Amino acid sequence: MAGIFLILRQILLLSLVSAAVFALMKVSPVDPVDAYLGPAIAHVSPEQKAQIAASWGIDRPAHEQFLAWAGHLLSGDPGHSTTYNAPVLQVLGDRIGPSLALAGGAWALSGLLGFALGLLAVAAGGWTDRVIRLYCYVLAATPTFWLAMLLLMVFSVRLGWTPICCAGPVGLPPEEVSFAQKLHHLALPLTALTLFGVAQIALHTRVKLAEVMQSDYVLMARAQGAGQWDIIWHHGMRNAALPAVTALMASVGEMIGGSILAEQVFAWPGLGRATVDAGMKGDVPLLLAIALLTTLVVSGGNLMADRLYTRLDPRMSGR
Amino acid sequence: MSGRLSAVLAAALALVLILAIAVFPLLLGDLGLRAEFSARNLAPGASHLFGTDQMGRDILARSLHGLALSLWVGLIAAGLSVLISALIAMASGLGRRADQVAGFVTDGFLAMPHLMLLILLAFAFGGGTTAVILAVAVSHWPRLARILRAELLQIRAAPYVETARALGRSRLHITWHHILPHLLPQMLVGFLLMFPHAILHEAALTFLGFGLEPSRPAIGVMLSEAMRHISAGRWWLAVFPGVMLLALVLSFEMLGTALRRLISPREAQC
Amino acid sequence: MLSIRHLSLRFRRYQGLLRQSQVTRLSDLSLDVAAGEVLAVAGASGAGKSLLAHAILGLLPPNAITEGAITFQGRRIDQGCPPGLRGRRIALVPQQISHLDPLARVGDQLTWALRRTKAKGAPVEILARFGLGPEVLRLYPRHLSGGMARRVLLAMVSAAAPDLLIADEPTAGLDPENRDMVLALLRGHATRGGAVLLITHDLAAALPFSDRVALLRDGELCGMEDARDFTGTGTGAALCSPFARALWRALPGNGFDANA
Repeated sequence: MAGIFLILRQILLLSLVSAAVFALMKVSPVDPVDAYLGPAIAHVSPEQKAQIAASWGIDRPAHEQFLAWAGHLLSGDPGHSTTYNAPVLQVLGDRIGPSLALAGGAWALSGLLGFALGLLAVAAGGWTDRVIRLYCYVLAATPTFWLAMLLLMVFSVRLGWTPICCAGPVGLPPEEVSFAQKLHHLALPLTALTLFGVAQIALHTRVKLAEVMQSDYVLMARAQGAGQWDIIWHHGMRNAALPAVTALMASVGEMIGGSILAEQVFAWPGLGRATVDAGMKGDVPLLLAIALLTTLVVSGGNLMADRLYTRLDPRMSGR
Repeated sequence: MSGRLSAVLAAALALVLILAIAVFPLLLGDLGLRAEFSARNLAPGASHLFGTDQMGRDILARSLHGLALSLWVGLIAAGLSVLISALIAMASGLGRRADQVAGFVTDGFLAMPHLMLLILLAFAFGGGTTAVILAVAVSHWPRLARILRAELLQIRAAPYVETARALGRSRLHITWHHILPHLLPQMLVGFLLMFPHAILHEAALTFLGFGLEPSRPAIGVMLSEAMRHISAGRWWLAVFPGVMLLALVLSFEMLGTALRRLISPREAQC
Repeated sequence: MLSIRHLSLRFRRYQGLLRQSQVTRLSDLSLDVAAGEVLAVAGASGAGKSLLAHAILGLLPPNAITEGAITFQGRRIDQGCPPGLRGRRIALVPQQISHLDPLARVGDQLTWALRRTKAKGAPVEILARFGLGPEVLRLYPRHLSGGMARRVLLAMVSAAAPDLLIADEPTAGLDPENRDMVLALLRGHATRGGAVLLITHDLAAALPFSDRVALLRDGELCGMEDARDFTGTGTGAALCSPFARALWRALPGNGFDANA
């Protein structure tokens, strides 16, 4: 029963979000036809512009456009991308793999490393704690794309260890790129994103764990003669895990944002670059589709965080 | 003693830095804004400490202008955002129905990646400075509101709140006396985490081309120009503006951390 | 078994932004607890009773400064409780259910307690000794009643058969039946040759189970009495210290005479 309610709520939420995003696109002063044509606008007559607008269906009232778009979306067709001059579905299909490898990999790595770093900081204390804290604060203050640029300048431009761009050698069709080449191209973007993702999770874990260490039950454990690692292992991990997982789930959006920037810097052919291109060229159908897709992923993450809390924290459940 | 003293010193130092950043551009005039073609692409040296760009503009002066811009955008946007998140979280504490509505609104905003939302908002507002400020303010509150609310759920399950409820205290009384004091540290931590986000997201948005106008000396604009020259090996174009931005954000982190150490009752004892 | 000589305890703390001061919480405290004895330490809240317990166990926060000597079975323990002692020879019976990890099952916590204190025995048997069934092993602390939680805590503590039990308000918030059950268990520990330091603010309830009573006020020891001298409904004339007499006469059943 509660499950059905949650799913209905989620559907309502997504519908409202998509309507809101559609409205945002429509109130924008950016004219899609102008943005699409760019400098070529000088050679196009107002009649031709109107023709293009009519062929895209953007000459009709906004609510009609929305209904038409929603109808197509429900029948499985999110429209045609003007930027890439291809069906939106095909653009998404081509780009979701590279994006998943980059953002998904970095997300999982930051969760594991962040939790471990947070535990280590509290458990070891002293200088270890200081170094980890310093790292987290500095990383939290560092622009993601700048970090990516630095890595690029050092490892690709100066040292030449890693490729300067893209998901494979320039000119090679994606299906002919070998696994090793893929890894080679993925290494630097993945490192950049992970370095940045770790900081938040580690800080969250550390704060929560420090609270746990002040608790009565940790006092009790000490009174039983438990050592620092014993306490961290049995009480610390247990009590800090939920907040850390929640933080990780909530960081999905942040990770996608980071990957938009990283993809821009490393010219990674994923959804992030497509987002920027679509935004620049006023490609509303593609922008809408990516916005909804990422919304689906992020709200899924949030939902999981909620479920985890009620499922795993005995204080929250009735039993 | 030393921990306490160093916290005060750190706060003072950070404040001085932030004030200096706010005041510097007034002294610089149009230095760093004006093109000077006789001094193009100079490496860092005595006359130009941080070097010059492809139009002969001094990177140091230009970065300082950029920081002041970031400072104002970030302060206004983050301030607005913390306010919104606190209000939303407190509303959740008032009752079941209010919590559901607040939760729905929060979920709606959280349902999309920040940067995606920022891009859409900036696109909708038509780009430029006002658009960036609005986009950052409207998009940054949900994460903090969500953390505050999660904390709230835990506090509400705590024995002392149950006791207060059993004693017949009003919801407002409980929220104000038992829940808010526990949320304040989280709000402070939240602002600490949000201010960097606000400034960094402004820079990111500008870097991608959706933010401040390219004519402005914004850090994001400088870095996106540096990106175009990245394989030319003129490292100073990218390194210095980024370091300056990092320094600004870190100053705020330092200020926040120091204040927290001075305020927190637990840490005040050590 | 336990001997405390001239124990003083101060805390460093800050006043205002930078000014540092020291707050004295225990001063020049001396007492002994012998094997087979229950020594009740009574006093109002804030008198420093819990700090005494933490000082013996070496669980004070880093800003605490201690002076004086604490000796346990002939070994000095005031400069940190040696690892072999804490939990195994000296054990803390804590006050509240919050001393159980809210996210771990009773069974797990009991197992960890056994391992930490190098105690032998199966969790089920140990629980049974305290009148708890095996179903309790699967419960989380939230689902325990106050009396059950106290019994679980006692089970965790006593599994290692420690010599000295330091019970910090073990009866707070319990109904008389459960309270007497807990006190009887502590008394039983002393009867079997152990020693108990019973920290309590409920003197009347503790008296029947105690041998001696140490009275603590504002961090100072202001009376060491024989528990049997707190008798009769009269003036408590057998008590040596004026504070003890005043305390006795203020108890319900002795006239409630706070001014005498």
